[in-house]
Amino acid sequence: MNSYDLQGVDVTIHQVKKKYDKREVLKGLDLQIKEGEFVAIVGKSGCGKSTLLRLVAGLENMNDGSIKLDGTPLNGLNKQARMMFQDGRLLPWKRVMDNVCLGLSSDAKNRAMQAITQVGLKERIHDYPSKLSGGQKQRVALARALVHDPSLLLLDEPLGALDALTRLEMQRLIESLWLERKFTSILVTHDVEEAVAISDRVILIEDGKVTLNQPIHLTRPRQRTNPAFSMYVEEILARIMNRKSKKNYSMLVNTEMESLFDPVNN
Amino acid sequence: MSWSGAIPERILPAPSQIIQAGIDLTITGELSEHMGISLWRALVGFLIGGIAGFVFGLLNGVFRFADLIFDTSIQMLRNIPHLALIPLVIMWFGIGESSKVFLVALGVLFPVYINTYHGIKSIDKKLIEMGKAYGLNGKELFFQIILPGAMSSILVGIRFSLGVMWLTLIVAETISAQSGIGYMAMNAREFMQMDVIVLSIIIYALFGKISDMIARYFEGKLLKWNN
Repeated sequence: MNSYDLQGVDVTIHQVKKKYDKREVLKGLDLQIKEGEFVAIVGKSGCGKSTLLRLVAGLENMNDGSIKLDGTPLNGLNKQARMMFQDGRLLPWKRVMDNVCLGLSSDAKNRAMQAITQVGLKERIHDYPSKLSGGQKQRVALARALVHDPSLLLLDEPLGALDALTRLEMQRLIESLWLERKFTSILVTHDVEEAVAISDRVILIEDGKVTLNQPIHLTRPRQRTNPAFSMYVEEILARIMNRKSKKNYSMLVNTEMESLFDPVNN
Repeated sequence: MSWSGAIPERILPAPSQIIQAGIDLTITGELSEHMGISLWRALVGFLIGGIAGFVFGLLNGVFRFADLIFDTSIQMLRNIPHLALIPLVIMWFGIGESSKVFLVALGVLFPVYINTYHGIKSIDKKLIEMGKAYGLNGKELFFQIILPGAMSSILVGIRFSLGVMWLTLIVAETISAQSGIGYMAMNAREFMQMDVIVLSIIIYALFGKISDMIARYFEGKLLKWNN
């Protein structure tokens, strides 16, 4: 095993409120995340899920409430957390290696190399980002986040712009690195399948509040073909679409309903 | 056509005559003296104006405070054609070196300023936010994100200012100087030395070409990631 500091952080979000001008995006949101847990946050666009993530990262200030990390209130930038953005945000004028080394002391080349190797881009360390594909860019962004050994990894729709196959690959990569290092992780996504595939718990945010808190009791690695998997996805989608939730998981998924959901999801 | 006599020598001398004039002036040492003084004026003026424009562009681009104080004033001065200041500059500095250097510096300042300022203002704010989130301090943020992000725009300003530099120098030397290529051409006019006049023009063209090549070389080197 590697000599990582295998530790996550406990995140307690209490009555968090956030306004932009007059529009209230988060209206007293509560959420408790255990150390080493992988939580996925879903919701319609504009529901405040990305805002919540930015607050946890300390990139923005909340208007009210508190966020505690292992009991210590967050003040300013969250130094234990590293964020992966949807658009990657690599520096185009730095080679892969230098992008990963961003913010590291100059003697940390070995660690950077190790992180790049883990995401499978060892051969590309001297390339500029413009030479990489979308998936490769996000791998570099992942390596750049992980090289700091964060105890909290924040993922802001990092796979949203990737094609379906690359996305699956990246989900597996993120899952395996998380299993290995056990940092706490929060994934914001609009893809319910992705949320069910990768997380311990799916949170639905609607109208600035948590309206669904669904633990996923599936063994890893998860099979998408597993009927229980589809049940979770269907259940959560139904909840998002404000349809009546089916109490009974053993009920078969109505194919008609499924076709109703798909266009919304993709 | 000049050779065959179709064009009279008074209108345009033959290439061989121009080359001969070049050789003659090189032997007397006049040419190298004039070229040296012109290059020196261009270089010193360019450095002073370029550095001043760069520094003001950085200050106003990075600090809102400086922006509020200086930007509109600089924009106001920019709208005065700097060559219109020649009478004033002669009154201030005479026709010595400082007047030429001053004019070149003034001409170079604005394109470098505008492009540095604009380059910094148009950096992707998301990259700066990312840098902060990854724990970069002010200095690291500047050298790793802001400066390289503004570099392509800064280089455009430099290339543009090289053109202004030669233009200003030629006009200044032609109107008020006792040395330099521009003076050489004006002096030749008095003696009807057509070949020397054309030679001067060719030298200016070569200077412009060479300085542009140097600028392009640096562009290729500094913006390698863009190709």
